[in-house]
Amino acid sequence: MSDSTAAAATHDAHIHHEGGFWTTYVFSTDHKTIAKQFLWLGLLMMVLGGVFALMFRWQLAWPETPVWGFGWVSEESNNMPTGIITPNFYNMLVTMHATIMVFAVVMPILVGCFGNFLIPLMIGARDMAFPTLNMLSFWVAVVGGAIMLAGFFVEGGHAASGWTAYAPLSTVEKYTGVGWGQNLWAISLFVLSISSLMGSINYITTLINMRTQGMNWFRLPLVIWSLFVTAILALLALPVLSAATALMIFDRVFGTTFFNPAQGGEPLLWQHLFWYFGHPEVYILILPGMGIASDLLSVFSRKPIFGYRAMVYAMLAIAFLSWIVWGHHMFQSGMNPALGSAFMMTTLVIAIPSAIKTFNWLGTLWGGSIRFTLPMLHGLAFVILFVIGGLSGIFMAANVVDIFIHDTYFIVAHFHYVIFGGSMFAIFGGIAYWFPKMFGHRMDEALGKVHFWLTFIFFNLAFFPMHILGVGGSMRRIYNPMQYDFLKDLQPMNIFITLSALALGLGQIPFVFNFLASLFRWNARWFRLLAQAATAFVCGFIAYRAVAVGLEGVTGAEPATMGGRTFAGVVFLVVFALIFRYLARNMGELGARAPQNPWNAITLEWVAPTPPPHGNFGAALPVVRRGPYEYSAPGEEDDWAPQTKPLPAQAAAAAH
Amino acid sequence: MLRWLPENISLEGLEIDYLFYVSYYLTAVTFVLVAAAMVAFLILYRSRPGVRAKYTHGNTTLEIIWTVVPAVILLVFIFMSQASWARLKLNPPANPDLRVEVTAKQFNWIVRYPGPDGKFGTPDDVTLDNQLNVPVNKQVLITLKGEDVIHSFFIPQARMKQDVVPGREIPLWFTLTKPGKYEIPCAELCGFGHSGMKGEVVVHTPESYQAWVEKTWAAKKPAQ
Repeated sequence: MSDSTAAAATHDAHIHHEGGFWTTYVFSTDHKTIAKQFLWLGLLMMVLGGVFALMFRWQLAWPETPVWGFGWVSEESNNMPTGIITPNFYNMLVTMHATIMVFAVVMPILVGCFGNFLIPLMIGARDMAFPTLNMLSFWVAVVGGAIMLAGFFVEGGHAASGWTAYAPLSTVEKYTGVGWGQNLWAISLFVLSISSLMGSINYITTLINMRTQGMNWFRLPLVIWSLFVTAILALLALPVLSAATALMIFDRVFGTTFFNPAQGGEPLLWQHLFWYFGHPEVYILILPGMGIASDLLSVFSRKPIFGYRAMVYAMLAIAFLSWIVWGHHMFQSGMNPALGSAFMMTTLVIAIPSAIKTFNWLGTLWGGSIRFTLPMLHGLAFVILFVIGGLSGIFMAANVVDIFIHDTYFIVAHFHYVIFGGSMFAIFGGIAYWFPKMFGHRMDEALGKVHFWLTFIFFNLAFFPMHILGVGGSMRRIYNPMQYDFLKDLQPMNIFITLSALALGLGQIPFVFNFLASLFRWNARWFRLLAQAATAFVCGFIAYRAVAVGLEGVTGAEPATMGGRTFAGVVFLVVFALIFRYLARNMGELGARAPQNPWNAITLEWVAPTPPPHGNFGAALPVVRRGPYEYSAPGEEDDWAPQTKPLPAQAAAAAH
Repeated sequence: MLRWLPENISLEGLEIDYLFYVSYYLTAVTFVLVAAAMVAFLILYRSRPGVRAKYTHGNTTLEIIWTVVPAVILLVFIFMSQASWARLKLNPPANPDLRVEVTAKQFNWIVRYPGPDGKFGTPDDVTLDNQLNVPVNKQVLITLKGEDVIHSFFIPQARMKQDVVPGREIPLWFTLTKPGKYEIPCAELCGFGHSGMKGEVVVHTPESYQAWVEKTWAAKKPAQ
């Protein structure tokens, strides 16, 4: 503890140091600024990754028709002649959608943004253990991202062998025709792993060494535990990806044959390396989300987390077990089937700690005083959607059932439920919750709720039917399902999914308005009207299309011939009016000044000013005297008090 | 949801579908219970003026119960699957009724039949493109080979799937129980021609299989 006091003393001397533009905003070593940088990176890449998905969803619903909005592309284009996606370009879109979402969206936001922002604040530290390393971790990530983007501009296009990049498809150029694109993909991931490692070293060191007085391990909020465990997983897993991508580059550029069977190599080696990294990677993607959900549920039920220690041990168990389940991605790969038996057992065992966490979330809600604020809605959505995703995992954990559903849309449904339904909703919930702390302004609750409902409804409409597609045998990464007789009956489902996905994409517009307007305080009345009208238009348009398409589907006739369009138009106007009215009545001032602790939350970050200055806590570091979730403690007048206040005697006795 | 399963035409499919149904009911019941509890709590425990939340940190007995119960259920599930996995993937048959060799390449399946002598690599072998002919109700053992990248041999109606890895020879066996023609899509991304890479398996009645064999090997006789 004397370390942090000494560090604080020397830091106090520097608290008012001048920085130019470059050191304050660009090469900042302040963890809060770095967090915001990661957030911007992730949000911008989310748009790119999302647009890719909408493009290939178009192709799946209406194969070999020009994608709406791309009709201007010339006939000579290699990728989208007259706007029609080619098979190679399709494979590239699928590959890059996944690569971007995993490495450039979820990891930067959950680990880079929330990890950086929350760790020092929630443990009562002034900054990370290694601020310069922190700054480097962001800029190395930017370099990695730039290399990734460069792949779009080289001859042969970007990587097109799936985000899983199985060898030899990915390691021998002639099999895809992709040249430097795949190399840049591999180099970019190598660079991103370095950024990740820097972050992990920082987080682990900070958490072990810089917790403030009284902040013992079991007084840490679960989001911090989750980030700690995630950092350890990243520390151990990303080097494996680095090794794999290095071997890939050696095979592709330097003529080695690690993965080439014709010259003594082994294709399955790539899969083992990739999934040995890949499985802990997916727990890296979900664990911070679980931590955020735990915090949100406790704060907005005004109740301690049910089974705090069980929650911690469950996270540790998940992390430990995540190293011995990777073969479940390879049940049908041709590896020795005896391994399939072993991995099935370990995979079903890892379901148990996730089940424990789910029951504890329910226990947290039980007996609570639940407030349905915007962050709470996202937290609740996380729980139920993660449950669906986890349960679909049971099917594929059974190696026998996996024989059929491997490489089908059942798998796609599963991972989108856990990564989008899980991690992404946790991201939206975390942003809604910590935005006031980060930026000093509030996000609008009404606009946020419209965004939440659009996202929740259309996420489910887009991804639940994918379970059905998978049950029907629909394979993954197929450019044109109409080429298969056995898939013809499933095509209406593909159209329904694409329409829902388009609605899901449109539904993010209110979030963009909310985020930017609250941040930059675009409070002119005309802008608020624009935001309300645009959001209402999106809702009305979705309703109109739903009615028009639905009528066509149900009656089989052209909507215009039976007044369908008129009816749909009326529905549009009604929905538009209702949403506009709701927003007009409930939208407050955009980007209003946030109070220090708008959620009456206990954890330490709310003790710091909103937004926290350089050095976070002013002259003296806080001293922790209670756990992070001591809401509604008996003997206290309010249902909360900050972590710096000791529990009343009555509560301390009752606490067990 | 499971009514969307393609019609099952194999013995192996019976085992796979059975476990599919077990998984389905297990997860459906779990989901309904969890969702119902959640909705109930959200309604019962919504914030009301003057009502304070319960100050409790958990319950060790409950923790034990909801750790042990799922563990037991999953253990039973593991044992149920093991026997099927052994039959379907672990133990290739020593004496199948028919042996065939399928080589996967970008972007088709090359099917080699050993012919009357039952041996591969002899003059009476016949090689067909994308056409697998098997008699109904007979056990077929396929040796899967790959020429270039990883492909995956998949017959949806038979439920069976096996990745094909270049440099390896991987066995796949099944018994098809209904005559007809079924598609054999490739189920592992193998390049720009992955979509549309499909073969056809023709499941013959005994008579039509006899006719097919005669017709196919009749053409070979003059070469001997």
